[in-house]
Amino acid sequence: MTAPNGDGGAPTVDLSLMEPVFEKYAGQPGALIPILQKAQDIYNYLPPEVLQRIAERLGLALSKVYGVATFYAQFYLERRGRHVLKLCDGTACHVKGTPALLTAIQEEYGIRPGETTPDGELTVEVVYCIGSCALAPATILDGQVMGHMRPTKLLQRLKRQMGDTSCAKERAHAGKGQGDRDESTP
Amino acid sequence: MQGKDKVTEMKARHDLATTTVATHEDMNVPPHRWIAVCMGTGCTSAASTEVRQALTAEIEARGLADQVEVRRTGCFGFCAKGPIVVIHPDGTFYTHVDPADVKEIVEEHLLAGRRVERLLYHDPVSNVPIEKWNEIGFYGKQQRVLLRNCGLIDPENIHHYMERDGYRALRKVLTEMSPEQVIDEITRSGLRGRGGGGFPTGIKWKLARQTPRWPKYVICNADEGDPGAFMDRSLLEGDPHSVIEGMIIAAYAIGARYGYIYCRAEYPLAIRRLQIALEQARQQGLLGEHILGSDFSFDLYIKEGAGAFVCGEETALMASIQGERGQPWPRPPYPVVSGLWGQPSNVNNVKSYAYVPSIILQGAQWFQSIGTPGNSGTAVFALTGMVNNTGLIEVPMGITLREIIYDIGGGIPNGRKFKAVQTGGPLGGCLPEAYLDTAVDFDSLCAAGAVMGSGGMIVADETTCMVEFAKYFMKFACDESCGKCPPCRIGSMRMLETLECITAGMGTLEDLGYLRYLANGMQKGSLCALGQLAPAPVMSALRHFEDEFRAHIEERRCPAGKCRALITYEIIADLCTGCMVCARNCPSNAIKGERRQPHVIDAALCERCGLCIEVCKFNAIVVR
Repeated sequence: MTAPNGDGGAPTVDLSLMEPVFEKYAGQPGALIPILQKAQDIYNYLPPEVLQRIAERLGLALSKVYGVATFYAQFYLERRGRHVLKLCDGTACHVKGTPALLTAIQEEYGIRPGETTPDGELTVEVVYCIGSCALAPATILDGQVMGHMRPTKLLQRLKRQMGDTSCAKERAHAGKGQGDRDESTP
Repeated sequence: MQGKDKVTEMKARHDLATTTVATHEDMNVPPHRWIAVCMGTGCTSAASTEVRQALTAEIEARGLADQVEVRRTGCFGFCAKGPIVVIHPDGTFYTHVDPADVKEIVEEHLLAGRRVERLLYHDPVSNVPIEKWNEIGFYGKQQRVLLRNCGLIDPENIHHYMERDGYRALRKVLTEMSPEQVIDEITRSGLRGRGGGGFPTGIKWKLARQTPRWPKYVICNADEGDPGAFMDRSLLEGDPHSVIEGMIIAAYAIGARYGYIYCRAEYPLAIRRLQIALEQARQQGLLGEHILGSDFSFDLYIKEGAGAFVCGEETALMASIQGERGQPWPRPPYPVVSGLWGQPSNVNNVKSYAYVPSIILQGAQWFQSIGTPGNSGTAVFALTGMVNNTGLIEVPMGITLREIIYDIGGGIPNGRKFKAVQTGGPLGGCLPEAYLDTAVDFDSLCAAGAVMGSGGMIVADETTCMVEFAKYFMKFACDESCGKCPPCRIGSMRMLETLECITAGMGTLEDLGYLRYLANGMQKGSLCALGQLAPAPVMSALRHFEDEFRAHIEERRCPAGKCRALITYEIIADLCTGCMVCARNCPSNAIKGERRQPHVIDAALCERCGLCIEVCKFNAIVVR
């Protein structure tokens, strides 16, 4: 979706991808939030150029669009890591051990909730209740729910998903690709 | 019980609900065998999709495809035991089914007629296997009115819903009842709003009908944001048509032309099932112009939330539908007078709408006969936390907390002691052991200092630090405060800071008074329920567990061993075998020692993450 520009600097954003979205919501009242959601589906975050374009097309002040985009937790104004780990800190997960999971992540990767590792590999987020309380503590790694998580197990899963050297070798040996999802859930 | 399925058995048990619970015969299900596979979010996370695929493939491979139907269903409620598979008509209830178990189920149960004992639920005390679901303690005291279809019908098939009396209430309303009669029936049933407020639904509808401005809107609040709550999600995923039918009836009663379901984006499965259900309802002429050939027209749209707890507040929810920041506006005027785009709007919770079809079909009297006077009907709870049987439950109003936690929930795991139960989530309160015999209904819980809430029920045991528990809820409120009014925005931050000081061992006794002072200001000065109720968990913890707060302040001690600043980890030399596992796993290299020699933890380096306790096989590490 984003392509590097000629001088190898920051990638540029292809704004034409937004056109079908504007068409779909043309004239609908209250369409700003669905449009932002669609934009984030396209670009994976909300680049400034896109916010600007949305403001122009909807005839809204950029401050208004920015105000809505920053109000809701779902929207990201910065690029996220290649892998996204969400730790549920809903009540059930909290009493069953999410704080220990956070500590383990911080120790291992030096990042706190909302941060991305400097190499752009991993983003860690805390979410409040994904409704899988019976699987507490629950985590979501790249969209896949993993329940009954323990610090050791979580670090192992992360290493596997992110493909550290030893695991990459194992996978090559087994003839599986890098993109293989962790097959086992709790 | 042979030859009858679980539904028939349930019917015998719950005579009050008889007419909602159909028997196998009148359900018109295929005469052949069918297998229900739970496809709620809990079981799906535990690989029930793979189980369903494996079952379908295995049955096809055995040439049984024309005799056995594999059916996707909504949540059975017993999420702790998922994935759940039930074989009908036998009613055999299999738990923790793995795709690898499928072959055995088909060979043994379907072909040889022998139940697979190891997959049955085993009584936690006697370890005796129990075959049928209603014989399991978890289901014993439950009464499924709202969840009557969950686990039986395929939520993506409107015909399954119709076979279970679906849309019959709508037909009755459109052909036999005036809007006033509908409102009267709902008012007489005593239905109170299940979002937590408990406002009489019939009266709200009446007010919305009386406002002489059009268009009017009906809105379903499916922004279930309380951590530890998943009742609305399960209902939307398991029986979406019941909510839609309830909304159409509400629209007829108040005279609305359009409606919205505001569902949080974190529930993708619920949203997908709703979309499918709406599409099917349109095809059947149940939504759109001239519904069922009448003069009444109504259509319904889904609005996805974008991740803001405050949008569960009705005015903030409407602001969000309008495409704005989800910030509440002052009431009055109430939404029934001036709501969405300034028009009269009726906002109800998912569960409130879903009760409506049953009430219309079976009458106000029937609904009143369930529960207690003034609190009619059932209550749905997501029972979670430190309890053996976590999951979704439905109980008649008036049941006690003790019955829920011990009889249905199976008590506290690992032989630990009960400490508190939190109802109403971050805007509710906790109750200690002395209150376990409190009846669970709007008025009794309120009198005890907790609230009914929308249905979250979280159990804490002796290892839960109540100060930390209270701090957790305040952190949530602080994060989710929308920032519009200062009492909530600043008050929650100041309360959180004070609690952080106490858990860090830097609290003073004056802090307790300060917390009460801040709570009072927030309760009186905040614009909406979020700010008014956010101090409630802290205040109830302070009321019932003041000694724990004092231990943190006066003795610099966390009695539950949870607050990291106030505890140390120690290795008991006599129990340590020097296996080095803890030392290898310690992320901060705080554990030193030679092989086969007792190890020692360097308190200065220790991060108190607890990893070492988790990996030690000899229970040699303790928290002091």
